[in-house]
Amino acid sequence: MRFSIYRYNPETDPRPYMQEYTLVDPAPGMMLRDALLRIKNEQDESLSFRHSCGEGVCGSDGMNINGKNGLACVTPISELTQPVIIRPLPGLPVIRDLVIDMSQFFTQYRAVKPWLIVKDPIPEVEFKQSPEERDKLDGLYECILCACCSTSCPSFWWNPDKFRGPAALLQAWRFLADSRDQATEERLQALDGPYKLFRCHSIMSCVDACPKHLNPTKAIGNIKKLMLKSML
Amino acid sequence: MNIAQRKFDTLVIGAGGAGLRAALQLSQAEATVAVVSKVFPTRSHTVAAQGGMNAALGNVTDDNWHWHMYDTVKGSDYLGDQDAIEYMCRAAPKTVVELEHFGVPFSRLENGSIYQRPFGGQSQNFGGEQAARTCAAADRTGHAMLHTLYQQNINAKTHFFDEFFAVDLLKNKRGDILGVLAFDIESGEKIIIEAKTTLIATGGAGQLFRTNTNASINTGDGLAMALRAGIPLQDMEFFQFHPTGVAGKGMLITEGVRGEGGYLINAEGERFMERYAPHVKDLASRDVVSRAIAIEIREGRGCGPNKDYVLLKMDHLDAEVIKKRLPGIRDTCMTFLGIDPIDQPVPVFPTAHYTMGGIPTNKNAQVVVPVGTGGEEAIPGLYAAGECACASVHGANRLGGNSLLDIVVFGRAAGKHIIDYLKSHRRHQALPDESIEQALQRLAHWETGALEHESSDHENSDHAKNVSVAQLKNRLQQVMEEYCGVFRTEDVLAEGVKAVQDIKDQLEYAHISDHSSIFNTARIEALELENLVELGLATVTSALARQESRGAHSRVDYQQRDDERWMKHSLYYLQDNRLCYKPVRTKPMTVDTFPPKERVY
Repeated sequence: MRFSIYRYNPETDPRPYMQEYTLVDPAPGMMLRDALLRIKNEQDESLSFRHSCGEGVCGSDGMNINGKNGLACVTPISELTQPVIIRPLPGLPVIRDLVIDMSQFFTQYRAVKPWLIVKDPIPEVEFKQSPEERDKLDGLYECILCACCSTSCPSFWWNPDKFRGPAALLQAWRFLADSRDQATEERLQALDGPYKLFRCHSIMSCVDACPKHLNPTKAIGNIKKLMLKSML
Repeated sequence: MNIAQRKFDTLVIGAGGAGLRAALQLSQAEATVAVVSKVFPTRSHTVAAQGGMNAALGNVTDDNWHWHMYDTVKGSDYLGDQDAIEYMCRAAPKTVVELEHFGVPFSRLENGSIYQRPFGGQSQNFGGEQAARTCAAADRTGHAMLHTLYQQNINAKTHFFDEFFAVDLLKNKRGDILGVLAFDIESGEKIIIEAKTTLIATGGAGQLFRTNTNASINTGDGLAMALRAGIPLQDMEFFQFHPTGVAGKGMLITEGVRGEGGYLINAEGERFMERYAPHVKDLASRDVVSRAIAIEIREGRGCGPNKDYVLLKMDHLDAEVIKKRLPGIRDTCMTFLGIDPIDQPVPVFPTAHYTMGGIPTNKNAQVVVPVGTGGEEAIPGLYAAGECACASVHGANRLGGNSLLDIVVFGRAAGKHIIDYLKSHRRHQALPDESIEQALQRLAHWETGALEHESSDHENSDHAKNVSVAQLKNRLQQVMEEYCGVFRTEDVLAEGVKAVQDIKDQLEYAHISDHSSIFNTARIEALELENLVELGLATVTSALARQESRGAHSRVDYQQRDDERWMKHSLYYLQDNRLCYKPVRTKPMTVDTFPPKERVY
């Protein structure tokens, strides 16, 4: 099986290049992460990429695979056309090979205050939440911060410092949608203006890219609706 | 010395549940905290925990922390320390409610309280009816907890050193731990982080075994750092094999499946756990179920063309239950097996999962070491919590749902104790150069390539030239699986000790060719393997010495538990692979001791 992988080590390479590798006898059912590990272990230990859990829950190994963002560990190589072209997630600075600098992504995440804000006195027992209220968090809290969505978003490519991006906005909605949270007004206010929220043009690349099948576009739509409602 | 130096009140190594819970406690108390993690915090392996955390909230069945304590002592096969277990079970309800207040999106019951499911080894009334004690956020409880704790830490302004690799602890002559030498993975630049107190929260060493449920980062770095600092490791022979890892691949299938009504069948379609644990069947403790599966397979009742797995059946459950309560494992089955568990049973096999042993600690999460007269003493300012610690609340076998509990209870306990300690220890101690030198040497070994500075006339050098770090890691994982698996015997373990020692020797002469500074993952893997090898040796050496069967340690040649000779903790020292022992703390804090009994489920 043939692979063409983006390589760049700023210490030694004047510019990035694509390197070809061939993997002999890939195991049936092999995921891309295992294929990359075999290449690294057997052919070229200098190939760098992040990975950890191997089952799509830690969010480490987001990369651009044949033009589409995804997690290597849950991408079966049998579904990929050859040569498999692998690049770092687009739009953020490359540190080395497939490793990107995610600082801007995390800055935007932190900017939406992704934590529960409660103003009432804290009770002795848990806050009550009905199963229906809890259901509203499904499809939101599962985000693994892999950045596949934000780095597939043209609005984020243009304004990574101003537009929060789909991942951060999904989290903003996760707390707005939480019946326990009491900071709705502040959260909405903080997202006002031409960039933070409204740079989303519903292109839906984020939905297409999300390896957890979440829907940031819908969450962003919900925030816009709530904003409108609170203005009326 | 031209190395950046930073000073903090507290250094936390590891950003999983234990590290983040402690850091939160400390940041909220306005101590300066540095959290060093080799991955971005939400990549830590707590994220993969599925089923939930135990607390006697009594939301679903009647419950009581004392019953939880009984179950945990029994589950530990009476090797757990009963004071620490009492502390944990008493603290559990409060700790869970606190997490809920932090924002953890627990699943809910109709009345709006936290959903709880039954898990293995849980009973009401000291061995009576099944309890439902495991608080869950669907089957993504670890993810929900870890992200929430990270979020709260951002709010509390904890200082994170993300993607920094800790090389070794720094200490003075007296043995006080004064910080760590680390390097920034992105740039390769070294840094010395000095601290008045240090918490090791680096997780377990599941990568010791070839097929495991763990992430690739679980290489027991903190355990090995402790060993090199002269601290012994406790009860390393007790390694948990989770009954239901995906056969041949290792992904975890939560015990919650059996909690929700799933069960195991063999090739004859028989629900075989009825024979091994007539009372609780598939919800016996993990060691019992894992052994039962291994026996079924050994006796020819395994499933599939090679008769090498059993099936976990949940296709009789309501599809809605699976979609609602077990969405994550349904996803895993469909991704990795092409099976929808709503329609088809899942092939499973006992899979290496959890390090029961670790750095010896007490109920305050202080690291304790033996002193001359037979007692033990806390190392001032040094703490450990979570899977890398051995309090010991899990003893010889951990109950499902007690691990997420352990990390938050003892992360919190560490935070509390550190805050008190800092009140009377306001200054940093002087950091001796020798300690820094030693840590730098470890790093230098892989910075220049071992071969270049080892003498070329070494008799093994030709042979060693061809060995890569990756090959040695594969070999170690195979050796551990083959020589130190579910069933163990004297001869095989003795060979295992030799085989691991041999790998350790070869590693000294192994080399890496990538000596670049920026994001050099080859170097990190070499450092990780050095850590793992020490832990492999600790595990197999401790296992060889223990001539009894207890919890997860099953000796074919010593099939009975031997309380007279072996109701004691092993302590393994790096120097000379020496072992010594210390008694189990059987006296709880306030209640009566649970004396050892025969363990039936």
